[in-house]
Amino acid sequence: MTMWSGVRQFVGAAAVTAGIMSAATAYAQEDTIKVGILHSLSGTMAISETTLKDTMLFLIDEQNKKGGVLGKKLEAVVVDPASDWPLFAEKARELISVNKVAAVFGCWTSVSRKSVLPVFEELDNILFYPVQYEGEESQRNVFYTGAAPNQQAIPAVDYLMNEEGVERWVLAGTDYVYPQTTNKILQAYLEAKGVAKEDIMVNYTPFGHSDWQTIVTDIKNFGSAGKKTAVVSTINGDANVPFYKELANQGIKAEDIPVVAFSVGEEELAGLDTGPLVGHLTAWNYFQSVDTPENADFIEKWKAYIKDDKRVTNDPMEAHYIGFNMWVKAVEKAGTTDPDAVIDALIGVSVPNLSGGFSSMMPNHHITKPVLIGEIQSDGQMETVWETPGLVVGDEWSDYLPDSKDLIADWRAPMSCGNFNVATGKCGGQGAN
Amino acid sequence: MIPLRMIAFIVTLLALSLGASAQDADLKPIIGKFADSKNFRQTEAIVLELAATGDSRTERVLVALSDGNLYVRSADKGVFVGSESGSTITLSDPVSGEDAGQATKSEVSKIRVNNSLRRTIRDAIGTLTLGSDDPAVRLSAAETMFRSPDPASIPALDAAIASEKVASVKTRLEQARASAVLLSDLDDEQKQAAIAVIGAMGSRDALSLLTAYEAQAQGELKDAAAAAITGINSSLALWAAGQNVWYGLSLGSVLLLAAIGLAITFGVMGVINMAHGEMVMLGAYTTYVVQNLIRGSAPELFDYSLLIALPLAFLVAGGVGLVLERGIIRFLYGRPLETLLATWGVSLVLQQTVRSIFGPTNKEVGNPSWMSGAFQLGELSVTWNRLWILVFAIVVFFALLYVMNRTAWGLQMRAVTANRRMASSMGIRTPWIDAMTFALGSGIAGIAGVALSQIDNVSPNLGQGYIIDSFMVVVFGGVGNLWGTLVGALSLGVLNKFLEPYAGAVLGKILVLVLIILFIQKRPRGLFALKGRAVEA
Repeated sequence: MTMWSGVRQFVGAAAVTAGIMSAATAYAQEDTIKVGILHSLSGTMAISETTLKDTMLFLIDEQNKKGGVLGKKLEAVVVDPASDWPLFAEKARELISVNKVAAVFGCWTSVSRKSVLPVFEELDNILFYPVQYEGEESQRNVFYTGAAPNQQAIPAVDYLMNEEGVERWVLAGTDYVYPQTTNKILQAYLEAKGVAKEDIMVNYTPFGHSDWQTIVTDIKNFGSAGKKTAVVSTINGDANVPFYKELANQGIKAEDIPVVAFSVGEEELAGLDTGPLVGHLTAWNYFQSVDTPENADFIEKWKAYIKDDKRVTNDPMEAHYIGFNMWVKAVEKAGTTDPDAVIDALIGVSVPNLSGGFSSMMPNHHITKPVLIGEIQSDGQMETVWETPGLVVGDEWSDYLPDSKDLIADWRAPMSCGNFNVATGKCGGQGAN
Repeated sequence: MIPLRMIAFIVTLLALSLGASAQDADLKPIIGKFADSKNFRQTEAIVLELAATGDSRTERVLVALSDGNLYVRSADKGVFVGSESGSTITLSDPVSGEDAGQATKSEVSKIRVNNSLRRTIRDAIGTLTLGSDDPAVRLSAAETMFRSPDPASIPALDAAIASEKVASVKTRLEQARASAVLLSDLDDEQKQAAIAVIGAMGSRDALSLLTAYEAQAQGELKDAAAAAITGINSSLALWAAGQNVWYGLSLGSVLLLAAIGLAITFGVMGVINMAHGEMVMLGAYTTYVVQNLIRGSAPELFDYSLLIALPLAFLVAGGVGLVLERGIIRFLYGRPLETLLATWGVSLVLQQTVRSIFGPTNKEVGNPSWMSGAFQLGELSVTWNRLWILVFAIVVFFALLYVMNRTAWGLQMRAVTANRRMASSMGIRTPWIDAMTFALGSGIAGIAGVALSQIDNVSPNLGQGYIIDSFMVVVFGGVGNLWGTLVGALSLGVLNKFLEPYAGAVLGKILVLVLIILFIQKRPRGLFALKGRAVEA
């Protein structure tokens, strides 16, 4: 076991550093502003992250058509961290120290974000992180444009509880930090809402799990206790396809046991026959099917840029769209690309999102977003069945976990703290990064 | 259960045959209300109103609504059933089914449904189809009514039971009636009888119903329900054990398929082939390409797509294997570490090549109809795709065994493995045998890919998930022995599935690995050790 994976990492790293360096075209030009793109283009995460790299290139291209920023053209610097977490830190360092980028857009998994945090702190640069995550973090150099748990998981559970009358809960996830923290928050939330312990079943599976027979049967059995049951799925990436296939094959219909997923978007469904999945739910802050002129315009331009009429758009793409526009606006406001000035200027910046409203950057470096619950349709798109009446502010420290309920983050002077404890009145303590 | 679509189809036929009648006038105003419905609650009220008419022609509109095919035309607020093709929608009258012209997507808006509405509609259709001429439709109606019991439907069920001729449908109707009786205010005697009927079913559904009932029942009825629950639970426990064996065999068959090619390249030839998983992936991508071509040019052949893909996958993966052996591996015989690194490099190259050609996202490989769904064996639900994969794995295994043990080629392969120099001096062209053996192992991996495409993602990473498991199986079963691979794969599968319910999927996997490590300490050559000079060398 260890020998294989050791060899795997060694060879993987060697092949990547040797082969894919050429992707980073970093010739110095005086009159451009460089923007770093730190997404895996090879390895397991390439499936999700490659699209985000393309999205950034597309957004930068669009901005350059409008004349760039501060009178200068933007230049993208693409590196490939190859789904290898330590390599993320190395590549981030390379982007900032060697290529002198003004800001970096990147990362997908929480572990990759954690691995680059010290680099951004040390070299004082800006990272825009576009993916929904488990919260419990607020860092001065990072801007979280994806959803915090209260912008995705909790509204989804509320929907199931109120609209579908669900009383029994299966929390199924992949065994790593995001599902575990999210499930911990959800469990505390459900218990606070009066759900008994025996009505909650928590199940973890390894990455890329493909044999779901036992677990789906367990879910079926758990659901036959005479109470309405739902599955809250934080199953990540590739494992979803066999999971949904097994659900369909064992005849579990959305009307009987609905599954609400937090990691399944349009992109993931593109590799799946969605017929048997109709009615299962997803919770995001954006769907391709959102019917607004901004979204129609975005989709049309994206398809034209990528030259593929079948490419879909998804939530992390919108997060990058919002984050990039916020950065552009903040740079123009600050009149410089100096990270310190931009970090201060970013707070309070408000830009249109694609679902018809405006998203603002809050002092805790999270943004305001609407929460949408969608049902999967037979064409692989989601149809919104419910949405929050207004925008939801991202809550970095969950109110439902004992360790973090007293913590807040506010990066404005004079507080300038990512984990201020309101009970003790001190900065620092739990969850300090 | 019969899918809703089937009911929809039959119901539509019925509705068409009845045609428009004077009652049109009564249904139309109710259906017209859909145009003004603002939320799911209002839509649900209209559905209930429609169902209350008891008119069987309402099913056309209800089924269309449930399937998301009911539209409102913005211009005149008319409600139509629509079928989408491209950007235009062909409209038809919701009651009579008469053609009502076409509209573009922007001219009409779809009436939204959610899960709870679909449930309401399903229940409504269940009651409406109780009098259908088709026993299958009546059976599914009884099924629906069993799952969502309603005391108000008891008279209708009584009538249906009295006139029912088909025994299986009658039983189901009686069970549906029993479930409704539990919720009604009928006397205790009737309820006792109902508990007995449901308890005798012994299924999960019955358990679910009784558990819910027991929570609110009192006195003797509560005891009777509790006794019935205990009875069901003990019979289900037996089924659960059988289920674990079946799931274990099914997982084992997947392991067997993944490992069997490696049993040739690593087991027989001794090449540590890290690119084995990528051969599996190539097989899966071949299936994708074949299905894509079939979808585009001959959709009627879709059910045969896997049969067409099998030989092609064998040739593609086998061909790549041949090139790999001739181009790289033959220079590295006897240098295991270098072989390992070189084949690992090849696997990365293959992955990235596929990623560049097909893109990094998953590709959709459909299940042919004979591989979709499941059938019930008592309380065990056996999915067709798993069953076919098990059968397929066994067939591949015995075919390979035949080639190895009963053909001249197999004899030469074994001779080269046992003693290369001796075989060579007997006139066997050992380099050619090496190349062909490697190609055979790779080709087998390719056809495993065809099968695995049915249960896993088709992505460039497909192979990575199987490489470690494959080595595990081959090493555990005994290097160089096909029977060892079979027994190893199946026993690992069953072991895994018996551990999983207690230890969870993550810990279960770790435990299996620990057990294998301990086993290898005791018997370094695996279950079935091969005796001969090759192993000594």
